[in-house]
Amino acid sequence: MISGAQIMVKCLEKENVSIIFGYPGAAICPFYDALIDSSVKHILVRQEQNSVHAASGYARSIGKPGVCVATSGPGATNLITGIATAYTDSIPIVAITGQVRSDLLGRDVFQEADITGACEPFVKHSYLVNDTADLPRIFKEAFHIASTGRPGPVLIDVPIDIQDNTIDEFEYPQNVNIPGYKPNTKGHTVQIKRAIDLIQTSSRPVICAGGGVLTSGTKLKLVEFANKTGIPVVSTMMGIGVMPSDHDLYLGMLGTHGKGVANRAMHEADLIIVCGARLGDRAVAAPDQITKTSKIIHIDIDPAEIGKNIKTTIPIVGDMKNVMNHLLDSIGDYHVPALWADTVERWKTDLFRTPPKFEGFVEPRAFVAKLSEMLPSKAILVADVGQNQIWCANNFRIKEGRFLTTGGMGTMGYSVPAAVGAKFARPDREVVVVCGDGSFQMGMNELGTMAQNHLNIKIIIMRNDRLGMVRELQKKNYHEHYTATFLDENTPDFMKIADAYNIPSAKAYSNEEAERIAAEMLQKDSSFLLVCYVNPDTPSI
Amino acid sequence: MKHTLYILVENHAGVLSKISGLFSRRGFNIDSLAVGITSDPKISRITIVAQGDEYVTEQLEKQLNKVIPVIKVKSLDEGTFISRELLLVKVHCNASNRTELMKVAELMNARIVDVAVNSITLEYAETVEKLETLINLLKPYGIREIVRTGTVAIEKGTALNSK
Repeated sequence: MISGAQIMVKCLEKENVSIIFGYPGAAICPFYDALIDSSVKHILVRQEQNSVHAASGYARSIGKPGVCVATSGPGATNLITGIATAYTDSIPIVAITGQVRSDLLGRDVFQEADITGACEPFVKHSYLVNDTADLPRIFKEAFHIASTGRPGPVLIDVPIDIQDNTIDEFEYPQNVNIPGYKPNTKGHTVQIKRAIDLIQTSSRPVICAGGGVLTSGTKLKLVEFANKTGIPVVSTMMGIGVMPSDHDLYLGMLGTHGKGVANRAMHEADLIIVCGARLGDRAVAAPDQITKTSKIIHIDIDPAEIGKNIKTTIPIVGDMKNVMNHLLDSIGDYHVPALWADTVERWKTDLFRTPPKFEGFVEPRAFVAKLSEMLPSKAILVADVGQNQIWCANNFRIKEGRFLTTGGMGTMGYSVPAAVGAKFARPDREVVVVCGDGSFQMGMNELGTMAQNHLNIKIIIMRNDRLGMVRELQKKNYHEHYTATFLDENTPDFMKIADAYNIPSAKAYSNEEAERIAAEMLQKDSSFLLVCYVNPDTPSI
Repeated sequence: MKHTLYILVENHAGVLSKISGLFSRRGFNIDSLAVGITSDPKISRITIVAQGDEYVTEQLEKQLNKVIPVIKVKSLDEGTFISRELLLVKVHCNASNRTELMKVAELMNARIVDVAVNSITLEYAETVEKLETLINLLKPYGIREIVRTGTVAIEKGTALNSK
């Protein structure tokens, strides 16, 4: 005899899950009880939303689904923002929630929430389990759905009686058979041929790479393709890291907060090869403007992304890796015309601006650039949301590491929990958080998780006592009517907070100071919190 | 532009809410939605009539295809399918106009399924256009209640279809 809860744990073991992030409660207690006898390690977060962000940081760093757990009702509803974040950013997550007894469903009993209903718009798929015997199949399917095709979160809601009920024996299915889910991974040969023809006749081509390139593990192939053809590469925010930042052909991030040269290349191109990017409004504000002068080859695993935001000349549905291999094999000796290569090269120098400095403050952009030189090549930088995110996106010089941020949903408070997940996934790598004083205060409860697990995570807070990005928006678009964007009167002393968790800390008022402290903290094998005082007038770009 | 499509879905609880939720969420306007099981009891068939231009309908199909329990989405081209909707309509009626109403029913090939002292109920399974005609013909008598099923559609046999 085996209980539903034991089956759930066994399923995780079968999926080679070694670590899960969660927060217990009454309705998920049978699962937690079964967990004691398992090799699966549970990390207690300090708020359920952070369990999803931690699972996201873990998944992105290791390339397999992250798992998070919460109880019914408020535990489950706290997951929603995390789940929505993972959905928009296409991160594979399996979220498990406890639920009230199935015979009480719909009676509004204590801690009951219709979580499958509430999450419907934000999950790739969800299950409300109504039979213990279905658990193995559901878990198998959930991991398959979360991690294949366009990755995303899958929710499994398990009523407590389903966890308690027993069945005779546990058998984990070998295969999945979901009639309605067969992602097309091989790009259409004829379409790829047409794409090759179009590339070969183009005179001003640009590659626009998104998160899909990283998810599919295609970044080396993309670099190879760019090297071979000389086609310059711009990336979306989720695509940062597709190429080393210092690569000659890399032009940086595009979009409203992107690099001038990246946007200029997009606007002057006669062909844009969109790879695993959905081109949301922050990336391309006026897609119709671009398609007037440029043809579009759009490669994506999700057919629904093609033609959604930008009109496509040649759609290719398939896994980026397969398609990129195919393109590499067939491109022949095409190389971009020298004129285009020279023009782009000239823009790079023309459009480069050194940020002005404010006395008595850290210049965050220069510091982020310097920090990237100081970090090991494979370091993982986790940026939060706001000005800190843009400073990092545009100035962090990525080498072989990762840049993690929530580019699609833009959820404040992402960085600290995501870094916790990343550190568990890659304990051998330096993991650094850059956040603002606003975003830090949304995720700082995870200092508890860091301290409890003796993690080595370096946190850099860019403190300007403002909600800087909104303030900037108010300055530009709302006639300098600054409302609700001041933190200064009540911003706590972050060093005291760090101290409460026994995490050492320091503060810096100049780049020299910040660099010196950063160099020292990077020598240490333990967490550290560095508060950089930034002038509130420092712009995002 | 009116657009008819059908979807084959796994016959599970909650699937219909996934489909209908998607419509409102993505801003698609639907005229009608009808659902019932197929010859395979594990599979339901949903017929949807929606409004929208080419962009909207393409997105609609793609988004529907992303819903995991959706097995197939088929968009139906004008002229290649038969569509019907069932209408039950209760009309005010008295001794003086009953014969007249019966004539209208006869003219339109509608069945009389209930007769009472002051009402008459007609059953009518036809295209949406014909349903509208019947309703318009009945309006002057005073319609008390209307129930409609939404359109169901089936493709014509291949022999009749040049494709």
